[in-house]
Amino acid sequence: MNNETLEAASVQAKKPFSNRKRKTGELSFFQFVKKNNALYIMLIPVFIYFITFKYVPLLGSVIAFKDYNIFDGFLKSKWVGFQWFKLMYTNPEYARLIKNTLLISLYQIVFSFPAPIILACLLNEVRNMGFKRWVQTVLYLPHFLSWTLVYGLAYMMLSVQSGLVNDMLEGLGGHAFDFLQSPSAFRSVVVSAGIWKEMGWSTIIFLAALSGINPSLYEAAKIDGAGRWKQFQNVTFPGILPAITILLLLKIGNVMDVGFEQVYIFLSPITYEVGEILDTYAYRLGIMNGQFSMTTAIGLFKSVIGFVLLVGANKISKSTTGESLY
Amino acid sequence: MKIKQSLGEKTFDVFNILLLVVMSLVAVLPLLHVIAGAFSSNNAIIQSRVSFWPVEPTLQQFKYVAANDAFWKAGWMTVKVVVIATALNMLLTVVGSYPLSKLYLRGRRAIMLFIIFTLVFQAPLIPTYLVVKELHMINTMWALIVPGAISAFNMILCITFFRSLPEELFDAAKVDGMSDYRIVWQIVVPLSKPIMVTLLLFYAVGHWNSYFAPLLYINDRHLQTLQMYIYFLIAAGSSNDIAAAVAGDTGGKLLPKALEMATIVLATAPIVVIYPFLQKHFVKGATLGSVKE
Repeated sequence: MNNETLEAASVQAKKPFSNRKRKTGELSFFQFVKKNNALYIMLIPVFIYFITFKYVPLLGSVIAFKDYNIFDGFLKSKWVGFQWFKLMYTNPEYARLIKNTLLISLYQIVFSFPAPIILACLLNEVRNMGFKRWVQTVLYLPHFLSWTLVYGLAYMMLSVQSGLVNDMLEGLGGHAFDFLQSPSAFRSVVVSAGIWKEMGWSTIIFLAALSGINPSLYEAAKIDGAGRWKQFQNVTFPGILPAITILLLLKIGNVMDVGFEQVYIFLSPITYEVGEILDTYAYRLGIMNGQFSMTTAIGLFKSVIGFVLLVGANKISKSTTGESLY
Repeated sequence: MKIKQSLGEKTFDVFNILLLVVMSLVAVLPLLHVIAGAFSSNNAIIQSRVSFWPVEPTLQQFKYVAANDAFWKAGWMTVKVVVIATALNMLLTVVGSYPLSKLYLRGRRAIMLFIIFTLVFQAPLIPTYLVVKELHMINTMWALIVPGAISAFNMILCITFFRSLPEELFDAAKVDGMSDYRIVWQIVVPLSKPIMVTLLLFYAVGHWNSYFAPLLYINDRHLQTLQMYIYFLIAAGSSNDIAAAVAGDTGGKLLPKALEMATIVLATAPIVVIYPFLQKHFVKGATLGSVKE
């Protein structure tokens, strides 16, 4: 936010006549609104939307502290305090859900997060621009397929009866392996599918950061006798480190959000044990079984953790690396 | 200045290109396999003779998919939702972003915080569902349109872009007596083509691909979208019934897997066909996102 104030100041400094006289200082707030009423009228739909679909549900989250039922509604349902949260704390079922969520998230941070960074660096080393563009076009494509289609493709490749991969395994004298219905493989399959879908697309932001590196830095490194590996270590990597830090911060803030669509489509009763995450459980318990209060408690728990992590990670990053989101 | 490449660096170049080729193959082969299967005969599929090229080419399964009313209905529903929802998205995002791109707007900071907070602290699922229910939108296509009418993230992109437009232009327009509404329509929109195209694509692809919203809000099979149709077809295993029913109607036999493959191909086609033409705009949009607010 500080940026904005600074920019505002600099814009005004550039245009002292057109801006300052008319737009700040002299008019009272109401005079300003009256004069520029069109601007506020344009914001009315924005307010209505965010209040109705973001803030009312946020207030409605009080049902996490109540025993909500449809007949009594938001206000009249019985107040139960932290009952649902205590249940989450004591019931081993929830420990398992949180464990699954965090494990999948950890896999994502360890495998899905670095994948596009490495890919972007590899693409950056390609000198043949035609080849590079061709590879990019191909690797961006999966991003635009829906999760249902990705699952469809995974099913055609991996299913035990007739998946291509299993056909090939058997052809090579191996045994077919049920990738999609084996608890032991579930997390790896889901995370790999995520990498397959998003790795290419996620390189864009790193490629942008790479193209922003000043070419004279490379020239200087070459004069100092640095080979390509040294150049990578001393110019390329430091050049994209800020982008990496920012995206890692965002990922940490979203540690509980591993992607409902991604996990749910692969989930089946056989894999609930290892694959059920907070989001999918909330959907099944809340929407399918009508346990509104309990699931709201889960959602609120997630939001609070996400908020605290984001603010905390941002603070740590600000003091150690100087990079921050705001 | 040119330095002679060492042997290690040459090896790296070769290895790098090979690796990228392998990765590209991994990205397209599943799609090629399904396309190949969709055009292959049922026998070839059963005997696992299809890899990446059609075997005993046929259009049989496409005929069955084409004869399936539920598929077309789902497709039509999806088109309706995508068109209406994207139009609403664009209207609200552009109209709402314009005032917020004015640094002199009183209360701007507070309004920006009001919007950004919803990104940082997300409203839980159930209360949102209950709001949609209270508005009597469950089991209507409006549940797929209105709750996602604005994306805070896209709006911030749009605001950032509008801020780069020269303020002098607006001053001049005002001197000419143009109202803010006309400025948005006649100056801002025509000058903001890159962000318009980007937002349009992001919103439209988002709606086209979403299956969470329909899963959540629609339980009437007659209102299902294409993604839901595919979900039920493959993940929930209704392909057996559909294959039997569709083939039965026309007096033939159809392998469920062949039906699934043909459906996947038809559902993917619109995206795969338009993607190469629009890739440039997508990429531009994704880089716009890296501009810090």
